[in-house]
Amino acid sequence: MLNYTFRRVLVAIPTLLILIVITFLLMHSAPGGPFTSERPLPPQVLANIEAKYGLDDPLFVQLWNYLKGIVLHFDFGPSFVKKSQTVNDIIAQGFPITLTYGGLSFIFATLIGGALGVVAAIRKNTFIDYFAVGISIGAQVLPNFVMAPLLVWLFTLTLGWLPGGGWNDGALPNLVMPVIALATSYMASIARITRSSMLEVLNSNYIRTARAKGLPERTVILRHALKPSLVPLISYLGVAFVGMVTGSVIIDVYFSTGGLGQSFVNSALSRDYSVMMGVTILLGSLTVLFALLADLLYAWVDPKIRY
Amino acid sequence: MNTVTEVKGRSLWSDARRRFFQNKAAVAGLIALTAIVLISFIGPFFAVWSFEEIDWNTMGSAATLGRPSFETGHFFGTDDLGRDIYSRVLQGTQISLKVGVIGAAIAVIVGTVYGTVAGYVGGRTDQIMMRIVDILMSIPFMFVLILLLVIFGRSETMIFVGIGMLAWLDMSRIVRGQTLTLKNKEFVEAARATGVNTPTIIRRHIVPNLLGIVAIYATLLVPLMILTESFISFLGLGVQEPNTSWGALISEGAGTIRYDTEWQLLFPLAFFVVTLFSFFFIGDGLRDALDPKDR
Repeated sequence: MLNYTFRRVLVAIPTLLILIVITFLLMHSAPGGPFTSERPLPPQVLANIEAKYGLDDPLFVQLWNYLKGIVLHFDFGPSFVKKSQTVNDIIAQGFPITLTYGGLSFIFATLIGGALGVVAAIRKNTFIDYFAVGISIGAQVLPNFVMAPLLVWLFTLTLGWLPGGGWNDGALPNLVMPVIALATSYMASIARITRSSMLEVLNSNYIRTARAKGLPERTVILRHALKPSLVPLISYLGVAFVGMVTGSVIIDVYFSTGGLGQSFVNSALSRDYSVMMGVTILLGSLTVLFALLADLLYAWVDPKIRY
Repeated sequence: MNTVTEVKGRSLWSDARRRFFQNKAAVAGLIALTAIVLISFIGPFFAVWSFEEIDWNTMGSAATLGRPSFETGHFFGTDDLGRDIYSRVLQGTQISLKVGVIGAAIAVIVGTVYGTVAGYVGGRTDQIMMRIVDILMSIPFMFVLILLLVIFGRSETMIFVGIGMLAWLDMSRIVRGQTLTLKNKEFVEAARATGVNTPTIIRRHIVPNLLGIVAIYATLLVPLMILTESFISFLGLGVQEPNTSWGALISEGAGTIRYDTEWQLLFPLAFFVVTLFSFFFIGDGLRDALDPKDR
């Protein structure tokens, strides 16, 4: 286990470095610097600004300084468009919001999806099962950017129950639609995975043994079947996490929740490269870390897995 | 004398075809998809308005004058600028399908070549190649794709290449796994023993046997590509005006939903949903038909 953990961490580190280097190089291959505008600045002024931001150093030195800033001080540098803010300020503003509704969606999708899958498997070929399977097939074609307007149409425009957007310090009515929109398609996938793995477990020999020795069905499922049937889910949770991080961009844009996704899209539209870089690297690191955690958890739960 | 009728051999593919056509959902998907493709190409001949033409009468009052009607010639209504949704949906359908198919094709070609080489050569090369895939896989590619589009401009080629290049990773893993099992089969050994060189073995013996699994995942890749493109277009970072795609149309419809113009959302959404369903059902049908595991 220790050996595996060590090797797995060793893969995560170059992944992070490659992510940072790719983003950095992409940004610097962009035509035009951050200060080229329609009315060209006098060369002396431009040179001064570039010196201030260290843009006149050789590319390699810039990359090194950028890396050093991130690794040592968690510092993503200044924003090139919003002059009074650093990238860290922007991240500090949006990140808690993204984390709040993202985390809730993740919990929601896992719990509801898992429960739906388990119940569907236990009540195979009943109405409940068909209902769960129907939902999980239907939700495949309802990604967050389809769910969001449909929810607004239903809850805000037709029923008038919920506000159509805004954050309002994370008040419950403002949270409901972002969480549902973000969670639906992952909830469906989780339900499908749990159902099929639960069915497989319920068909295995040791469950037959448990039933044969007269255990009540309740104990068979809760004590013996539940835990192993959740194992395949762990590896999917990494995928779901990445999807939800990406999906938060849509949620932020559509519901104006003000999370990191909004900063990302705004900076993409105004070509604020340093903010784009910062957000990409932060969210990228999160996904890498989460994949690492999921893999380690998987190896811990299922000792047969060794790479 | 010759009364013995010749027994017709059943190939893998004719077997698969029979199984596929027994699957009702897959056949329904195939029919729906064919219908959508036909509509998107034949439909424009019946359109009264082109996709970029502005109907000045309905402009600004889409909620009242821009309703879907046969009299005005706007079968699906108009958008806020007075453009015909019918023509725009058809044009968006063409573009979204094109992005889906070309993106998937790029992913399939790159992924198959990469996976076969890694799997067949094996050893250290395989390890390095697959480590690279591992690393690339953990990078959130949607963000990188948006970076690419912002930096190199939002051209259609960039979208094709970007989406395709970022989606080959899964494909290469699947193909590699399949190649590893094929590589040790007797017929490959026989080919090697008779002195066939490696590129020819890969081309003549490995790749044809991969076609089934590649076909399955290609059908499942197309809707994923469409989803990715729609995601980007929804953010306003995909196809550029006056061209459009499902994502862009859904985004416009979603933005104006507050003004009682729900047809702006529902028509493109219907095309989007039906197409994705069709592809998923066809993919499932192909998997049942071609995957020898479930027989």
